Amino acid sequence: MEDVLDVRDLRMRYGKTDVLNGVSFAARRGEVLALLGPNGAGKTTTIEILEGFRIRSAGEVSVLGADPARGGEAWRAKTGVVLQSWRDHAKWQVRELLTHLGRYYAPYSTASVTRPWDVDDLLETVGLTPHALKRVRNLSGGQRRRLDVAIGIVGRPEVLFLDEPTVGFDPEARRDFHEVVHRLAGREEATILLTTHDLNEAERLADRILILVGGTIIADGSADELARTMPGQSEVRWSRDGQRFVHAADDATSFVRELFRQHGESVGDLEVRRASLEDTYLALVRQAEHGLPRRLAAVAA
Amino acid sequence: MNPALVAARAGLSRGWIEFRQTLTTPGDLIAILIPTGGFLAAMIWTRHTHVPGTHFSLGTTMLVSVLGLNVVVYGVVTMGDLLIVEREDGTLLRAKAIPNGMLGYLLGKIVSISAQIAFAVTITLLTGTFLFTGLAIGSPGSWLTLAWVLVLGLLATLPLGAVLGSLFPSQRSAGPWWLLLLGGLSAISGVFYPITHLPIFLQWTGQMFPPYWLGLGMRSALLPNAMAGVEVGHSWRHLATFGVLSAWVVAGLVLAPAVLRRMARRQSGSAVAASREKAMRGT
Repeated sequence: MEDVLDVRDLRMRYGKTDVLNGVSFAARRGEVLALLGPNGAGKTTTIEILEGFRIRSAGEVSVLGADPARGGEAWRAKTGVVLQSWRDHAKWQVRELLTHLGRYYAPYSTASVTRPWDVDDLLETVGLTPHALKRVRNLSGGQRRRLDVAIGIVGRPEVLFLDEPTVGFDPEARRDFHEVVHRLAGREEATILLTTHDLNEAERLADRILILVGGTIIADGSADELARTMPGQSEVRWSRDGQRFVHAADDATSFVRELFRQHGESVGDLEVRRASLEDTYLALVRQAEHGLPRRLAAVAA
Repeated sequence: MNPALVAARAGLSRGWIEFRQTLTTPGDLIAILIPTGGFLAAMIWTRHTHVPGTHFSLGTTMLVSVLGLNVVVYGVVTMGDLLIVEREDGTLLRAKAIPNGMLGYLLGKIVSISAQIAFAVTITLLTGTFLFTGLAIGSPGSWLTLAWVLVLGLLATLPLGAVLGSLFPSQRSAGPWWLLLLGGLSAISGVFYPITHLPIFLQWTGQMFPPYWLGLGMRSALLPNAMAGVEVGHSWRHLATFGVLSAWVVAGLVLAPAVLRRMARRQSGSAVAASREKAMRGT
């Protein structure tokens, strides 16, 4: 089956500055991709090109089999967009706005997908039912963001772009949002590309993580796969004779086996901790930014 | 069902929703009522002054001409300004992100602004009939003329407003220009004083722009026929009114789609974020 997102050697240049230097990745139907990277790495530019809001300088981009730069309205109906900052429709009531924006999607219903999403169900899904009659400008920051997400999915998109969707969410809102994403990717089989600075979120939501640094993808894989690329990935802690020890091990299992063989029963308080996505991420970014050799970067992490 | 038709219907209801919001938002309502009240005050002030060379009330003439000016103020300035504001706050980008959203957005704007004009015209006219004498509102012909001048005026001004709104980079930079444009045009439009009393050069300039013709059209609809005597050529010049306003309609409809498309193409999340930052920095 054809990939829903297919990006090959994507390049973007503003004036004399290269923002993207050959970005390539692909995503299947129902896959959730998290795009990570430091500020200014080109995440928003990438997502805007895929949304069809920005014209690329070079490279091949296909979203749902079409070039976003020439998407057309039927293509647009199958995409959902949540941008970083919205302040629009301040005077509208929440329910009124969702009902209105949903209307445009009705002609794009198919035998299997009824568009738009039922407004009551949608309000319930994003947790805005108690605020349905509020004017948008009277919503709190987190509620406003929930509404942005609701508008992004009101057309039941086949592909959804989320640019830092959970900024300003409290832990509960964040968990609700994660459930929405799981539901979309699972039951609705939507392909989702999201950017975030929250690495726990990326680990929890994404099937695959892409790390973008300096306009290139430096890592592409699941959180586990990324961790495995890093040597010294696990941290082993133990105590012996009242003294505490810490060791970074490439192969934690054999290290622990050796530990017990040598010291047997005197080993206590054993803890083996896998490198977190954060450790891996920081190491990979540092390595890409400073060109440090891999092993050194890992130790520094 | 045809998606464009669905979007067009959504756009019409969008216009009504926005108009209702204007009526229920105190700030917006005040923004309509203050200028309307200001004009009315000026008319009442000049109620007993006569139009030079006649025994007709200058206030009544002004009242009628202001109806025409209303169309220009809302059609050009409100339309243009809203387009700038909603470009900066992301409403336009939202429209771009949904299928046929731009069509719905523009139709909505046309409906809501037309409704605002109708509202302002009605208030002015209602007050006028109670406070002023000499209005010729008894005949169906008056209302017919009022109707076609109003519709043609809307068609001439709304695309113009959209074009100007697309060209200004930000609301802050547009502000002084609106004032200059509006002040300049209404000064030479014959709304507040008969155009025939201006220097020839200004008479000609005034007659190039819609405000003069909208005012003339309104006067022809609502003033006694004898008042045509103080106009240029001692006539209501319906044919010329129709011709000049139609020329502006054509110009607007030719320019607007291209300019609007260009503006829409430039919409992106980073553009919206950048304009917000700029507004916050106050530059």
